[in-house]
Amino acid sequence: MSLEETRLERQTDEGAQELRPSELVLTGGQWPDGERDGDTMIINMGPQHPSTHGVLRIMMELDSETVVRAKPVIGYLHTGMEKTGEELSYVQGCTNVTRMDYASPLSNELVYATAVEQLLDLDVPERAQWIRMLLCELNRMSSHLLFQATNGMDLGAVSMMIYGWRDREETLRVLEKITGLRMNHNFIRVGGVAADLPDGWREDLLELCELVERGVQDYETLLSSNPIWLERTVGVGHITTEECLAQSITGPILRSTGFPWDLRKAQPYLAYDQVDFDVIYTENGDVFDRYRIRLYEILESIRIVRQCVEKMPGGDYRVQDLKVTPPPRARIDESMEALIHHFKLFTEGFRVPAGETYAAVESPRGEIGCYMVSNGTAKPARMHIRGPSFYNLQAMGPMIDGCMVADAVAIVSSIDPIMGEVDR
Amino acid sequence: MSDDAPREETHKDPEAPDDGGAEAPDDAVAAELVARFDGAVFVRSHGQPVVYADRSTWHDVAAFLRDDQEFTMCIDVTVVDHLGTPERITVDGVAPERFEVVANYLSHPRNRRIRVIAEVPQSDPEIASVADLYPGANFPEREAYDLFGVTFTGHPDLARILMPDEWVGHPLRKDDAPARVPVTFKGNRS
Repeated sequence: MSLEETRLERQTDEGAQELRPSELVLTGGQWPDGERDGDTMIINMGPQHPSTHGVLRIMMELDSETVVRAKPVIGYLHTGMEKTGEELSYVQGCTNVTRMDYASPLSNELVYATAVEQLLDLDVPERAQWIRMLLCELNRMSSHLLFQATNGMDLGAVSMMIYGWRDREETLRVLEKITGLRMNHNFIRVGGVAADLPDGWREDLLELCELVERGVQDYETLLSSNPIWLERTVGVGHITTEECLAQSITGPILRSTGFPWDLRKAQPYLAYDQVDFDVIYTENGDVFDRYRIRLYEILESIRIVRQCVEKMPGGDYRVQDLKVTPPPRARIDESMEALIHHFKLFTEGFRVPAGETYAAVESPRGEIGCYMVSNGTAKPARMHIRGPSFYNLQAMGPMIDGCMVADAVAIVSSIDPIMGEVDR
Repeated sequence: MSDDAPREETHKDPEAPDDGGAEAPDDAVAAELVARFDGAVFVRSHGQPVVYADRSTWHDVAAFLRDDQEFTMCIDVTVVDHLGTPERITVDGVAPERFEVVANYLSHPRNRRIRVIAEVPQSDPEIASVADLYPGANFPEREAYDLFGVTFTGHPDLARILMPDEWVGHPLRKDDAPARVPVTFKGNRS
């Protein structure tokens, strides 16, 4: 057996030499048929693709490995939350909207509560505003850490995924201590927040800030000068400021094109005009810039959180308006009025005078807005959420056109869409 | 618990009388719009400038905002269905219809917003698309068409976006109640 095999090999070697390999080597160029123009293939990426962050389906027209056109197809997670919002009272509404952008639920709650407060002409106490701001920044940290994790995973940096999830989990642990839930907090209510900050919150936050800051430095070391990472991200998925503005794209994608627009600075809400932070922006508008912006925004959020710890004012954490705020539990046992208020608030809810308003805040993904129309009853006539991911997905077309399939994954990841918010 | 009986009095925007009537908009952009377009009415709603425009001027208003007033971004386009609303804001000079198409515009250089609202009747739910001026209005107009059945003429790809293509009806209309969707039990006749 072994002798036979040896001889066969030898024969093959000699045969190969006789065949003059140069005749067999394929050189580049057109396929013989020449039908190149119509020779494209349409394939679907998703809706069950691990790198589409949920149920996003991308129809891609491929010319071999190059994407000629790409079109996002959405609606696989449509649960009719705007319709549900019309069925729920203003008290119950926060529970609904917090499930839209499940990676940054507090922005949703904030924009919903802000819209209702505008309709009610309600002034929120200062401490409630600072608590809201603190929570939103914590949420921004957790959301961007989630992005770092999934973005790393999509591009093959699996250790980054572990690190990102780990630090996000630490952030969520602090959020859980404050709000009672890891996600979908339902903590920002109309008129303030649900509860005051727990004991020892300062120490927890400072500890968390240190931990995440160390983590961000690690990610910077791990990725920002990593040649493989740079190869996958620099110059990929390029978009210009003009394209962003035309396509209604906000948030880190817009800022990555050299346009420093951040609602926290441009149209300050809550107490953002009383804290010191910078708007991070870069010039190149590629995947790498979007990664870096989100990385550095974590540091800016840490700055804001530290200032919140330092400057947190005293006072009420919710407005003392009996029509909006439920009475303290102890009062219900001794006061008939408190019992009635409690009962009315949780059965009927409070009525909001007819009107319409639009509230906007800067979520980790861009401008999240709430257009609310009230009709004098306890339920909104229309509750529309402008989800930033929904609009940012429109950037996918110009970004993906002409790139490779592998880059499409990087681009989708850098848009950071949350499908719960896209489909609502 | 809430009483669904229509109220007698119609609600007026509480801030409108303070402005000394609708003729004098205190917002520069709104003043331009009111002066330029027939049927445009200015209202300040909770501090935000709102212009009710006639439906026929919808596209021109958007073009004017983009080209002359530096409104760089169409933030949002959506629709409100006012069928059976017990109480509703009435604005002098605007005939209320069932649908309202609402567009929010944002100007980055001037750092200001404006909201334009057009009344669209039930009998002819149609309005011009602004997607040729603001490509970002593509998705929201598709969503509005999908969920409300308001047609945006001139839209490049007016197809359903959130609901399945074969869906019948427009779910966010007030008369399209979720309970009315028939439940079918297939293949189990016994």
